[in-house]
Amino acid sequence: MNAVTKLEPILKGRNMVKRYGRVTALDHSDFDLYPGEVLAVIGDNGAGKSSLIKALTGAAPPDIGDVYLAGALVNFKNPMEGRLAGIETVYQNLAVSPSLNIADNLFLGRELLKPGFLGKWLRMLDHQKMEQIARDKLSELGLLTIQSINQAVETLSGGQRQAVAVARAAAFGSKVVIMDEPTAALGVKESRRVLDLIKDVRNRGMPVVLISHNMPHVWEVADRIHVHRLGKRHAVIKPSTHTMSEGVAIMTGAMDPNDHPAGAYALPAGAM
Amino acid sequence: MATDNFEAVAASAGGSVASFEPENVSLGERTQRFLHNYPTAAPAFVLLMAVAFFYAIIGGKFLDPFNLSLVFQQVTIIGMIGVAQTLVILTAGIDLSVGAIMVLCSVVMGRTAITLGLPAELALMLGLLAGAVCGAINGFLITRLRLPPFITTLGTWSIFFALNLWYSESETIRSQDIAAQAPLLQFMGISFEFLGARFTTGTLSLLALFAGMWYALNHTPWGRHVYATGDDPQAAQLAGINTEKVLLSVYIVAGVICAFAAWTLIGRIGSVSPQAGQSANLDSITAVVIGGTSLFGGRGAIVGTLIGALVVGVFRNGLALAGVDVLWQEFSIGLLIIVAVAVDQWIRRA
Ligand SMILES: Nc1ncnc2c1ncn2[C@@H]1O[C@H](COP(=O)(O)OP(=O)(O)O)[C@@H](O)[C@H]1O
Ligand SMILES: [Mg+2]
Repeated sequence: MNAVTKLEPILKGRNMVKRYGRVTALDHSDFDLYPGEVLAVIGDNGAGKSSLIKALTGAAPPDIGDVYLAGALVNFKNPMEGRLAGIETVYQNLAVSPSLNIADNLFLGRELLKPGFLGKWLRMLDHQKMEQIARDKLSELGLLTIQSINQAVETLSGGQRQAVAVARAAAFGSKVVIMDEPTAALGVKESRRVLDLIKDVRNRGMPVVLISHNMPHVWEVADRIHVHRLGKRHAVIKPSTHTMSEGVAIMTGAMDPNDHPAGAYALPAGAM
Repeated sequence: MATDNFEAVAASAGGSVASFEPENVSLGERTQRFLHNYPTAAPAFVLLMAVAFFYAIIGGKFLDPFNLSLVFQQVTIIGMIGVAQTLVILTAGIDLSVGAIMVLCSVVMGRTAITLGLPAELALMLGLLAGAVCGAINGFLITRLRLPPFITTLGTWSIFFALNLWYSESETIRSQDIAAQAPLLQFMGISFEFLGARFTTGTLSLLALFAGMWYALNHTPWGRHVYATGDDPQAAQLAGINTEKVLLSVYIVAGVICAFAAWTLIGRIGSVSPQAGQSANLDSITAVVIGGTSLFGGRGAIVGTLIGALVVGVFRNGLALAGVDVLWQEFSIGLLIIVAVAVDQWIRRA
């Protein structure tokens, strides 16, 4: 490797504030995701983790504060803008459209049209192509061994639905993949598949943001851990320097992150 | 924090997230699921049973091609308004103003052509435009002011109907005058015999309208967005769909279809009457609900509405042929709606 390079965050948030009435969900929070890393976000319920990612993706833009993608100021105003810029998100509890089938869900909002006259003038969907790609993407991710890509998503179990949402994000994300508690509704086996999937995505060079309450999962897959507390980034720690119980202690306020020998802000490998 | 089961978690690696093995399910649940996946199965079954029933009590006269084509003519207006209503109900809304939009548009067509003496083509265009404007007003109130569709369209129903009485001066435009000055407005009433059956251009237009809407709903991105918006608007928004735009477009298209039905109405009754088509609101909702489209949005098929309209038509026609009093027609239609809604509730629990 060359001399130490100054690494620029791929996704960056600065001084973000989001208020819901009298509740301050985000209180001048910063955020940094570096290329190629898995950044976990942990924090108590109500700490503002979901608000943080919604502020970044445009699903719920912050009242003040700035969002940068690859160094450029973006400040997405709606989720479509974030998505077009290459950020795919699995939102907490709001994954999919239940009565649409798996393929329709994967391509919702980015449908493929038939080539030529049919697509251009009659806006005709290319069902075959979308089903083919959906099948390929899902089996490539090891998520699907099924015959029926035409099955309505509501006929799937909670875990299977979540899997479809995760697969959609993993399949279409081109710059960043964000997952807000993707394994909360999943069983042990299914969670394991999602974790493997996150590693797969990272191994393909794509940075991942993972919000999770499951500390063993976080310590297993994360490169760095953003600890969110009372609407702010409270610390950034690493699985290699902090134990799970130290992480939980920092998260709940029982430990001051500055008291830890590794400090309160861990930089990614390769950054100075 | 489940820190202690880490090893267990790691050990159980592998296995697929989405393996879709069939489970052991009861006949009831299986029926529920089947209806869930094929929403038109139930209305199709009801239609078959109704036809069989009336054939049994009335005999060959009922299945006579002429009588069957009459049923089609009788449901043309309900069917068209039903297409508009299906679209709105798919978005988890309801449009109580469809009947009033239709009458208002027919009056606009009639008055501009006959009283103002404009060319019939222009009058027709103005009528269709009036439908679009009415729909846009509904859509604006519902998306921009976020008023509930039920109350909004109850209000606009009253407003459109009042405008209709005002503009028509509560007068009927006679069929002879239309035939003489603007025969284009009666185009939908042109009839022809084919294999002993009698068809009108209106009936053929009904079928074309259903085909077109089937295509739009199932084979264009817009159709998928209509379903997604009715299904779970928040999920649709997060998927990048502008649900307000979708809703607005749905109410405008519904308004234009009502105007198209107005043209057909003139063809069917020959004249333009501010009192025509009064029953269209309830009949259209009946057709949609019997057709298996869920009042909760996001679920249903346009073909179901055609079948639903035919069920209504078969009941009315069959009971009339059997010499049953009109009040029992109303009674049985009411019963059908309630059963259809109950089935919808039951299916939703699948
Ligand atoms: N749409 C909303 N309307 C009102 N309050 C909200 C909304 N979303 C989040 N909040 C509030 O903001 C705070 C942070 O919520 P959230 O970001 O969901 O936290 P977390 O994901 O960490 O559990 C909570 O107090 C929550 O009640
Ligand atoms: Mg959350």
